[in-house]
Amino acid sequence: MFRKLPDPAAPTVTVTIDGRAHTVAAHETAASAALLAGMGATRRSPVTGEPRAPFCMMGVCYECLMVIDDVPSRQACLVTVADGMRIDRQPGARALDFGGEDA
Amino acid sequence: MAEMQDLVVVGAGPAGLAAATQAAELGLSATVLDEQPAPGGQIYRAVERAAQGPAAAALGEDFRHGLSVVDAFRRSGAGYRPGLQVWQVEQSGEVLASDGQRSEAFPARRAVIAVGASERPVPIPGWTLPGVMTVGAGQILLKSSGMMPSGETWVAGSGPLPLLYLSQIIAAGGRIAGYIDTTPAANGLAAGPHLFAALRNLPYLRKGLKLRGVLRRSGIPVHRADSVEAAGDGRVERVRFRAGGAWQEKPCDLLMLHEGVVPNVHVTMAVGCAHGWDDRQKCFRPTLDEWGRTDIQPILVAGDCGGIEGARAAELRGRLVALGAAADLGRIDQATRDRLARPLRRELGRHLPIRAFLDTLFTPRPEVLSPPDAVIACRCESVTAGQVRETVRIGAVGPNQAKSFIRCGMGPCQGRFCGLTVTGIIAEATGRTPGEVGFFRIRPPLKTLTLGELAALAE
Amino acid sequence: MAEASYDFVVVGGGVVGASIGFGLARRGARVAILDQGDAALRSSRVNFGLVWLQSKGDGMPDYGRWTRRSADLWTGFAAELRELSGIDTEHEQNGGVSFCLGEAEFEQRRNTIQRMHNQVEPWVYETRMIDRKEVEALYPGVRFGPEMVGASFCPHDGVSNPLRLLQSLHGALKTIGVAYRPDAPATAIRRDGAGFAIDTPAGTFRAGKLVLAAGHATTKLAAPLGLEAPIVPERGQLVVTERVAPILPIPASGVRQTRDGTIMIGTTHEAAPDLTTRTTTGNMVHIAERAVQVLPDLARLRIVRSWLGLRVLSPDGFPVYMESETHPGAYVAICHSGNTLAAVHANDLAEAFLAHRLPERLDSFHPRRFHVSQAA
Repeated sequence: MFRKLPDPAAPTVTVTIDGRAHTVAAHETAASAALLAGMGATRRSPVTGEPRAPFCMMGVCYECLMVIDDVPSRQACLVTVADGMRIDRQPGARALDFGGEDA
Repeated sequence: MAEMQDLVVVGAGPAGLAAATQAAELGLSATVLDEQPAPGGQIYRAVERAAQGPAAAALGEDFRHGLSVVDAFRRSGAGYRPGLQVWQVEQSGEVLASDGQRSEAFPARRAVIAVGASERPVPIPGWTLPGVMTVGAGQILLKSSGMMPSGETWVAGSGPLPLLYLSQIIAAGGRIAGYIDTTPAANGLAAGPHLFAALRNLPYLRKGLKLRGVLRRSGIPVHRADSVEAAGDGRVERVRFRAGGAWQEKPCDLLMLHEGVVPNVHVTMAVGCAHGWDDRQKCFRPTLDEWGRTDIQPILVAGDCGGIEGARAAELRGRLVALGAAADLGRIDQATRDRLARPLRRELGRHLPIRAFLDTLFTPRPEVLSPPDAVIACRCESVTAGQVRETVRIGAVGPNQAKSFIRCGMGPCQGRFCGLTVTGIIAEATGRTPGEVGFFRIRPPLKTLTLGELAALAE
Repeated sequence: MAEASYDFVVVGGGVVGASIGFGLARRGARVAILDQGDAALRSSRVNFGLVWLQSKGDGMPDYGRWTRRSADLWTGFAAELRELSGIDTEHEQNGGVSFCLGEAEFEQRRNTIQRMHNQVEPWVYETRMIDRKEVEALYPGVRFGPEMVGASFCPHDGVSNPLRLLQSLHGALKTIGVAYRPDAPATAIRRDGAGFAIDTPAGTFRAGKLVLAAGHATTKLAAPLGLEAPIVPERGQLVVTERVAPILPIPASGVRQTRDGTIMIGTTHEAAPDLTTRTTTGNMVHIAERAVQVLPDLARLRIVRSWLGLRVLSPDGFPVYMESETHPGAYVAICHSGNTLAAVHANDLAEAFLAHRLPERLDSFHPRRFHVSQAA
């Protein structure tokens, strides 16, 4: 779906997307990294369960809600990647674990 | 709580940056709050990095102009707080913003709302499938991250942006499977009378013709179509379009849609400013005077969130708003304000006359404003156009009753991607104008934030 | 515009007017409902959605009985609406609680319940205090804050989605042929022969009988007809979170999870010197603060929206129903808790309005009770 123009000067970080390690440019957002990784659906609709993916890339549509470093409902297009970041699909309505540390 | 500022500017696009720059040049205190990590807004997104990056040449001179806007801002001494989401603007001018962990209040004598535009919703069958995005999203990926479409990419829509994006992809050596131009054929005729005025902005017209030439020479197939659909199982796999009365279907793994841009009015609506329907631009916009003043004294508006005029005009509007605020706050006298404004207004006069031509030429087809029953109108809540029409059948006469009946506009985007559609459907179904039908009542917070973050404000 | 004549015109298409209009039409009356437009101050649109008994009727046991009657009618009412409109009101009555933060709140609550039981024994519905352990048993897996010492519990309490209720009422009205006229607020009401003529921007409507159930707009319309509708509006703000996988099985008075998964959290009680519905950030903060005291883990949920409604409260908070003496056939119905009372409005109250005279059991709700207190 997307490829990067070669940019050898750009510093990189390693993130885990859907459980697999990827080396990406340090200026990537979690959403652009997920798109580059060919993740397809990045969440499921909490209403219908349909697959959804980043749509506007500018923080408006909330389609890119993902679980980032175990915190659900983050707008992936507004989160810059960091070394070791875990980026996971959001499976429908978010969970709330009582006593959990997801904040 | 931050220190009281003369201006707190929401948004670091050309309007916001220019407003803060001008204010600082006049000795006013000004701070810009912005969601992105770097200044430029969406139009000059990540321009400082991108202008040095691999897509720089393809993005072109107009994009590069953003560097001068950002440079002037960086040198101005105005404050800058990137990475903040504004979730509330009070009628007093105070702005509340969150960094995702905690919120901070920014008191201001004037709040300058400069949140720009976003793309008009393009409700077509299949537009919620992964692999369907906006053209603007594609261009943001090119600017901010040097990302090019690969595979079977189709662009469908109308307006200057698809042409610009296609030419940028061509220049960067990319491949597009085809462009589906949905501009209604009749628009050309309707726009004709506005062409004479548009000639006052000859460079812009020339650029448009040049982009069309680039597209023609590229060999990318162009289809004139009056209906578009995306289809696929779990992601987009095919694009269908009706050209000359016949449907065609093509393989597709990335479909980018665009039907023009509309002002981001959620902030000004939530504050409670007066708005009106702009029938030429088919959108709501706040009611402003020549200094960007709303009907609520501390709330000012600059740039495309006050009505679509383009990036260059937005920059000038930003400066004018700062001049007006400086005079209203007693920092300069009116004569100085008017003297400094004169050259800005003169330049504005070169950019604005083309708008009537562009707005009319690229007026979206009726199906975009009021889509067929089966199409999803509200993405967040998966509400179809047919469900909206059903609320009208049982008596709803406006978007707020419809919203309460079927939850359209109640999801996290707060109606940003369905508001105009819901208004459009109800207007068509009740035989009234969108202005008479009105818009969702916008409730805080402007952007979602955690209960914990709110509770912490009590301390 | 010439309009047909009706047996009843109901002024007000919110949950109160729609419930009454529905009940009248179900009993054979030809009914028109005149409503405001999209910008109406619609309490039914901002409701928390409880079908709620506990603490209702303190100082007026008849109100407790009336509420109990509605709660008992609700299951059948919901089924009737579902059948006629195809819309599920999401009604459930599996009990509800009111959390107490700290011993002082707990004692105060216990005293309120005791006071009510002292007025009428046995009280018209069961409410009892439960301790923290019993609360935890009602909410398996839920972690409460240390200050939550217990709650009051009423087994009859429940919920229905107020938005679905209004939608299903309007759908059912359409199905049974009630003339619903939006954008038609009553501007003037006149005697017209034996009945009434109601002027609106959408034309004049004529009816044998008239029900004013227009919420905050009722007071002004009532006076010329020899009716009283004293209202002391009160602001109440709420917030709602994003959708969450199910965690809260039963509703509480300030926090409930909807069937959609969102969690509604309330509320505030503020004087309303004017009829504006602007929310305040201070209210949002206050609501959030209390919510995380009860349920600390809610701190991690994202708030999607906050809104503010205006409660339609009479001076003592109880409903007002009356028939005019100077204009027989003209009635007033105003109340808070239109959601809870919808079932009894659509049944007993509609029957009372169809009868020749209002039955005695509605006497307690006559606004003459306010004259007495003024005289004393």
